[in-house]
Amino acid sequence: MLEDLFSVVKTRFNGDDKSPQKLRKNDIPSDIMFKCPRCSGVSFMDDFISNSKVCPNCGYHSRISAKERLEITIDKGSLIEFDKNMISKNPIDFPDYPEKQAKLREKTKLNDAVVTGEARIRGLRVVIAVMDSRYMMASMGSVVGEKLTRAFEYATQNKLPIIVFTASGGARMQEGTVSLMQMAKTSGAVARHNAAGGLYITVMTDPTTGGVTASFASLGDIIIAEPKVLIGFAGRRVIEGTIKQRLPEDFQSAEFLMEKGFVDMIVERRKIRRTIAHLIKLHGGVKEDE
Amino acid sequence: MSSLLASERLDLIRNKYRPTVRDYIPLIFDDFFELHGDRYYGDDGAIIGGIGYFKGTPVTVLAQVKGRNLEENKASNFAMPHPEGYRKALRLAKQAEKFHRPVICLIDTPGAFCGIEAEERGQGEAIARNIMEFMTLKTPVISIVLGEGGSGGALALGVCDELAMLENAIYSVISPRGFASILWKDASREREACDIMKITAEDLVYLGICEEIIPEPDGGAHISADETADNISKYLDDAIKRKLQKGIDELLIERYNKFRKIGEFDELV
Ligand SMILES: [Zn+2]
Repeated sequence: MLEDLFSVVKTRFNGDDKSPQKLRKNDIPSDIMFKCPRCSGVSFMDDFISNSKVCPNCGYHSRISAKERLEITIDKGSLIEFDKNMISKNPIDFPDYPEKQAKLREKTKLNDAVVTGEARIRGLRVVIAVMDSRYMMASMGSVVGEKLTRAFEYATQNKLPIIVFTASGGARMQEGTVSLMQMAKTSGAVARHNAAGGLYITVMTDPTTGGVTASFASLGDIIIAEPKVLIGFAGRRVIEGTIKQRLPEDFQSAEFLMEKGFVDMIVERRKIRRTIAHLIKLHGGVKEDE
Repeated sequence: MSSLLASERLDLIRNKYRPTVRDYIPLIFDDFFELHGDRYYGDDGAIIGGIGYFKGTPVTVLAQVKGRNLEENKASNFAMPHPEGYRKALRLAKQAEKFHRPVICLIDTPGAFCGIEAEERGQGEAIARNIMEFMTLKTPVISIVLGEGGSGGALALGVCDELAMLENAIYSVISPRGFASILWKDASREREACDIMKITAEDLVYLGICEEIIPEPDGGAHISADETADNISKYLDDAIKRKLQKGIDELLIERYNKFRKIGEFDELV
């Protein structure tokens, strides 16, 4: 059940609702301080940004846009983006859904919550998908499901490893049961990639929850998580409502998930690129011109 | 077919006399043996698994258990499975694959359980694993939503060759209550949510998610469990024969494509 998940995520991170675009250095941030939603520590925005948007106090890896993620992950200029212009329809005629999306497209310069494509990481060919939580909390509707499925199918056909940076509030309720079915569609594509012997690396970022945790995000051959990020199935408030008490702060953190056996490794943001490159090489990946 | 609103069907599926799998299993299957446990952690009363005959054919049955009274509901956790329930279902599905038995999933859950232990034992991973493994399970899988099909907790038994729904069943991404509480911050608007979510059997046939609607007696399934069970049997008889005729490769391609085609999108020009 995904009840209250969106509000949970919002409540938990209500200090973090600034658009990451604003945090970009060249935009001259209007506010010069960063307040961490995890430890409430305050640091200079410059220090926060030069620390890859990781809280200098507690190491919380804050949310970054798909664009920023690609910049720090793939070789410069190597992205060949897939399905850039795909946009959602309104399968259950949900009131105001098209208008809401039009506004978000304008605001985020994204057409939905995932960017997919082929790229290189340290010269190695990969298929990459990055979810962007600024777009409806990166919930999974038809477009996210279809783009991810196509990315997996492309990786399978071309014998390429696929790297997915997950972040999501879960299924997109505005698309009703159609969004639920995207869990099956994407997981089916993972199954075929597996059957063909393809490598799939998941990188769980803040927040990875709900129907995304309960489908492709949990199915990587290797599951990496960024430090301190939120990972879980049910919303925190839903669980607190059930048990009538407060949950410990580290519940559903990356560290909690690793302790319980659901994450292979926790890797700091600045080391993810090289970690992925090493893992791909270990699985026989070769540079494009070798 | 039913002309009731989704919210009126909600009343029917919450009727305390609505039959549950404990009523249906003896009416539909012969010589049913319940098999327990996931072999990792424990046995989850929210999902019954077992083997028996359906009209002479050995089958595996996986069923979510709504209780008919408080005591039964305590034992079955109000049909909200923990990870070990999904892992038991997967174990028995793999066993069915080994012995070439069709798998019949009877879905009736408000959703997977949301609790500390469920998270600690990997609720998300358990559901994800079932969804993926059922997609390539080399034996026919038929799923039927009997009452509530709630979210990922239902989908974990819903990756199948054919999905049928009882006439008044609903199948949704989130409970109507949860939907209202998230989108309108007002859980009391549950009925209103129910009516705009497009979650009835007819809606889901229209959306390409459900293949078949199984009729209920006039007034709802609780009017006659026998008649409802008969209707389920008639459908299953057909569906199993249809699927057993196909080669496994063809079946798996069709299963993949059944889900592959769901989704509505456009290209911006
Ligand atoms: Zn901090």
